[in-house]
Parts: sequence; C-alpha cells; structure tokens
Amino acid sequence: MRTHLISVEVENRFGILARISSLFSARGFNIDSLTVGETEDSTISRMTLVVPGDDQIIEQVIKQLRKLIDVIKVTDLTSEATVERELILIRVAAKGINRAEIMRIVEIFRGRIVDVHPLSFTIEVTGTEEKINGIITLLRPFGLKKLVRTGKIALAREEKSNSIKAVKN
Amino acid sequence: MKNRIGAEVVIEALIKEKVDTVFGYPGGAMIPLYNVLHDVSKLRHILVRHEQAAAHAADGYARATGKIGVCMATSGPGATNLVTGLATAYMDSVPLVALTGQVPTSMIGNDAFQEANITGITYSITKHNYLVKDIDELPLVLKEAFYIAKTGRPGPVLVDLPKDILNTRTTVEYPRQVKIRSYRPVYKGNLRQIEKAARVINGSKRPVIYAGGGVVASNASEKLIEFAHQTSIPVTTTLMGLGVFPEDDPLSLQMLGMHGTFWANYAVSEADLIIAMGARFDDRVTAKTSEFAAQAKIIHIDIDPTAISKNVRVDLPIVGDVTEVLAQLIKLTNKGKGRETWLRKIVRWKEQYPLKYDKNGDLKPQFVIEKIYELTEGKAVITTEVGQNQMWAAQFYRYTKPRTFISSGGLGTMGYGFPAAIGAQIGLPERVVFDIAGDGSFQMNIQELATVANYNVPVKVAILNNGYLGMVRQWQQLFYKSRYSQVDLVGRPDFVKVAEAYGVKGIRIEKKEKVESAIKEALATDGPVIMDFRVDREENVYPMVPAGAALHQMIEGLA
Repeated sequence: MRTHLISVEVENRFGILARISSLFSARGFNIDSLTVGETEDSTISRMTLVVPGDDQIIEQVIKQLRKLIDVIKVTDLTSEATVERELILIRVAAKGINRAEIMRIVEIFRGRIVDVHPLSFTIEVTGTEEKINGIITLLRPFGLKKLVRTGKIALAREEKSNSIKAVKN
Repeated sequence: MKNRIGAEVVIEALIKEKVDTVFGYPGGAMIPLYNVLHDVSKLRHILVRHEQAAAHAADGYARATGKIGVCMATSGPGATNLVTGLATAYMDSVPLVALTGQVPTSMIGNDAFQEANITGITYSITKHNYLVKDIDELPLVLKEAFYIAKTGRPGPVLVDLPKDILNTRTTVEYPRQVKIRSYRPVYKGNLRQIEKAARVINGSKRPVIYAGGGVVASNASEKLIEFAHQTSIPVTTTLMGLGVFPEDDPLSLQMLGMHGTFWANYAVSEADLIIAMGARFDDRVTAKTSEFAAQAKIIHIDIDPTAISKNVRVDLPIVGDVTEVLAQLIKLTNKGKGRETWLRKIVRWKEQYPLKYDKNGDLKPQFVIEKIYELTEGKAVITTEVGQNQMWAAQFYRYTKPRTFISSGGLGTMGYGFPAAIGAQIGLPERVVFDIAGDGSFQMNIQELATVANYNVPVKVAILNNGYLGMVRQWQQLFYKSRYSQVDLVGRPDFVKVAEAYGVKGIRIEKKEKVESAIKEALATDGPVIMDFRVDREENVYPMVPAGAALHQMIEGLA
C-alpha cells in the first residue's frame, strides 16, 4: 500500500466536489487529503488528491475519475518530479522561557508567527510534508492547542511533465 | 430568433432528437411542461401508473429498439421514484434521458413542498446529471444529455428542471452539434494492441469468446458471428449478452456463470485464451475470481477503461468499440491449429451434461418456457423479472437475435420485467413481447395493468406462480438448512381476477396439458394477457455454482 499524489483538472462547475467525493464513497476509495481551487483558467479547477491504495486500486481511482464527464485531465504525480507544498496553522502554548525557544524553531523552519497571545503563538508554516511533520514534532512538547492543514497541493515540474501520459483517454 | 419558454425548449429538443415516445407521470413542478406537451402530436406520452415504471418502460424501449429511452417525472417523490429505474439502467448501460421537475430555483434548499435533491441522490447511478439554473443553458444541457446518454458506454442522464426555468423565456437556439472537452470516448482500438491480440488468438488452442451486453450496445452481433466462424472459436454469452450470438449455432456455448451451462463453465475453466468483449467480469459470471479461467490468457475489448482489470487481471486490454475492434481483428485472424480437438471436447460435455429438469409430476416452470419458445418460434422479445423466472427464461428459451432478451442483469430489479415489456412493445408494435414473471416480482409493479389496459399494449405476461420468493427460498433450502424465512408469499392474489378487474384478460393454467392451448389463446388475443401458471412450488434452478465456489464446481439437482 502506497500513497499516491493525483492531480485532477475539472470543469469549474457547481457540484463538482460532490461528484468527486460521491465517486470515492460509492467505490469505497479512501482519501487522505483533497484540495481544490481555481486555476489560471477560471473555467477549470485543479484538485490535488492524496490517495492510499495498491496499484490496482490506484488504477481504478484514476480510470473512474477520468470517466466522470466533468473531469478534463487526471495525472498521477507519484512517480513524477513535482513541487509539493502544504500550509499549516499551529497554535502552540507559549509561556515564559518557552517563547524564545519556540521563536527559534519557527525561524529555523522559516515559518511566521501570525498571532501573538500572552499564552500562545499561532504559527504559519509552508513546505513539504516532511518539513511540516518536522515542525509539528518539535512543537508538540510545548503543547499543541489547535492545528489545521490545507492538505497537499502539487504541480509536476516543467521539464519532466509527461504530456502524453497525462492526456485523458 | 425564436423566443420561447423552457418547457417549449424541452419539447423542441425531444423532437429534434427524434424521440417519438416518452413515458411519464405529471405533477406540480412539471405542469408547465405537460401544458406544452398537450398540443404536440409528434410526441406520444405514455401515462404509467408509478414513476418507477416510467423509467423501466423507457429502459425496455431503449433496449428493444436501440434508441434512447425518455422518461419524466415531477419533483420530490416523482423524481425519487425514478431512482431504481435509473440505477437499473446505469448498471446495464442503457441510454436513457430522465427529465425531472424541480421546485423553483429561489426555493431550492428550503425543504420546499415536493423538493428532493435528485442530482445529489443520483450522482452514482447516472452517467451524468444536470440541474439547470440558467434558462440560456437549457438548450445546450439537453443536447449534451442526449449526446452523453448514447455515446461511449451508454447510460442514463438526468436533467433536473426547476419550475421557473420551464416558464422563463430564452432565444438561445438548440445546438446542432456538441463537443465536450472533458468527454471524448475512444472508439478505435489501439492497432498495436489489436495486432498483438491477433497473434495470441492465432496461436491459441483452446480459446473461448466471452461476450457481454457491450456487444449488444455496440450492435456488433454480425461482426461477432463473422469473427467466431472465421476463427472457429466457441462463444459463451453473459445474461446481458443473450441473443448476440445465435444459440442454435454449433459454436454457441450459451450462457456462462452461476446458472450457466456446464459446457460453458467447463470451457472457460479449461480454456487457454478468453476473449472478453463488452463484458465486465461480474461476480455472477466469474464465481471465485482467483480460479476464473486459471489456465487462460485474457484479452479484454471494452469501450470503458474502468471495466478493464477491475475484477480480474487482464493480460491484453483493448479500449475501443467492439464493432470497430472486431472489424480489425477479422482481417488479422485465422482458424488456428488444433481447435477441432477443443470443439469436440465441448460437444462431449454438451452431450454428457445437458440442461435438464424432472419432467414428471407437477407443472414445471421450465416446461412453460420451452412451450413459449416453441409456440413463438423463438421470435418473441422476452423480458424477465428477477429471480428463478429470470434464470429459467435465460436457460430454456433459445435466443438467436440481439435485443430479444431484456432483463435487469446488473442491479437485479424485481418489478422490472412488466414495465420493460410495455416499453419494448410500444417500441416494437409488430413483435410478440412476453414478460416471464414470478408472482413476487409481478406484484412489485402490478399497477401497470392499468397502463396496458389504457393503451391496449398487447404484452403477454407469463407468471411462473410458485407462491414463493423462489430464488431466496432455493438458497435457504440449499445453504440455510431449509429455514424458509419470509419467503412464503401468503396472501398472493388471484391474478386472473386482478387482471379482469383492470379489464385485462387473465388465464389460469394448472396442468401441463393446458399450457399449449393457453399460450395459443394468449397469442391469438389482440391485447394484453396475464397467464397465471401454477407451477411446482419447490422447483430449483440448476446447474448452480454455489457462492464462493469456482466456476467449474457446479451442483446439479438431478442424479
């Protein structure tokens, strides 16, 4: 079982998210994360899905997505060279001497403190999954109060993008 | 430019798409549409007595004629009553366009009277659906709906029409053509894959063609016959494929699967090559998948890429339309070597393990079907309900032409056969249409007696009346120590009297000797006939592959 990163271009229409999520629940596929937003072309949205499954399941996920009428293009980015990012907001308990230590960690991870409270910091961090998991691990001992993550977004790197494979059939 | 209201756009679309018949049931949200329909002589509206029957009748019409079936219903309960019919059509890839009323756009989401989120409800049982929120989009949406329903792998498309949209004016014209950037079905198979497949076929010694409903949908019957004869490859069909290859042809193995013939199931189990086409390796076909065609390479031709390697790993997939791919394969294939031995082996199985039943004693359901076959000279269009009646109809009637066996294969919808027969009969008025029914299934859409009476639709319904939910009873008998839980349909009505109450002819048959005269009488009647055959209550369907067993591990009822 491996986690796959799938990029889906869809018609930017009413109900498209419901169609995609309905497909996943109807077929019994799992989703670790899903992000969606408009692209450079306002009639098209791009979704980035992180889907766990063996090869056969992933093959079905991709084919079933392509079968939806409003889906324009599906690309499995897993084995492609990609740029991946995720954004998180973490609210961590910050009292006394801990405040300086937390600020150092945030600096190392090139994060930003976006809200300051006498007893806590709210921190914004962007990066790869590894980096995000890294800062969470380091901040956890101080006491995590709230955490929210956007889920992964990704694009294939320009030079490696395989246009033939990506065409919807 | 024509300025007309939404309801007029819908009717214009139906006429431009050459729809001659719609099956429906009006209601509040649909009154604007029915108001326009009232003056249109080119469109025949069949008023069914339950919306589910509208969907099934449109489905039966589509399967029998190859055209798109159209049904309509009002918002809320009207729309939700279509759901089973849409799911049935979706599972069997039947091209339907369903038009539903909806509450006015300003009221959507307010739990208005007769409101249901029918697009949300039907996402996973339609090929596509639309909720029209802008009158100017209506012409294109309708054009797309018809295009999507019939192209690629066909399926039902639902268009939800809010009442205000039906009453709002537009000047946007109905498009002549449509192109959808995100929907481009592939018809031509990849030539390199086809060449590879031809080499594998030419080198095979024990090949079997496994043909499904997709061959019917593709109208590829003639190509299949040509291909099979040219290569001397025997053909087994699924339930959905019955008739696509003539069952009186020496190369026919008839149906495979849970209640398939011994020789079809043995042939698949011993084959060195399976050529699957327009079939989806359903669990009722493969039985235990790990042992399905264990010695065979598998070539799979299908227009739907998702069907490939979904249930069973395929060695050589060809995505494309069966007709187009077969046309290519015919150019590249030959009789191979050593197939005579294989065909002789199959003939021996056929002789050794024929389909049979105990001909002594009570009136047997299989006998009724054999007689219907004999007296209709195999030329009737047969629809079925679901359960034992469906399997006996598949086994004991010989199908020689596509679109003559119409049955809910995928979803297995009880209550399908009677309304489907109505649709088939209306689509093919010159043909004899028989619904092979069970007493349980028939009662699920028994209200359609009013429809056949209303329009004098001359369908013949043969109820194989055993007073049980026979297939469930059979499973309980065989696998649950005869604990018959909730399968005895106590309180079944007198079907002859019920028919007569609707003004329909009813005949009861209790003895073997009366079967022939009753069928003859039904065939001579210029109108609908309900035949109540009181059959052996505990007759079972054999052969049978028990759940979890491999395809060759069939059980037989008779010693």
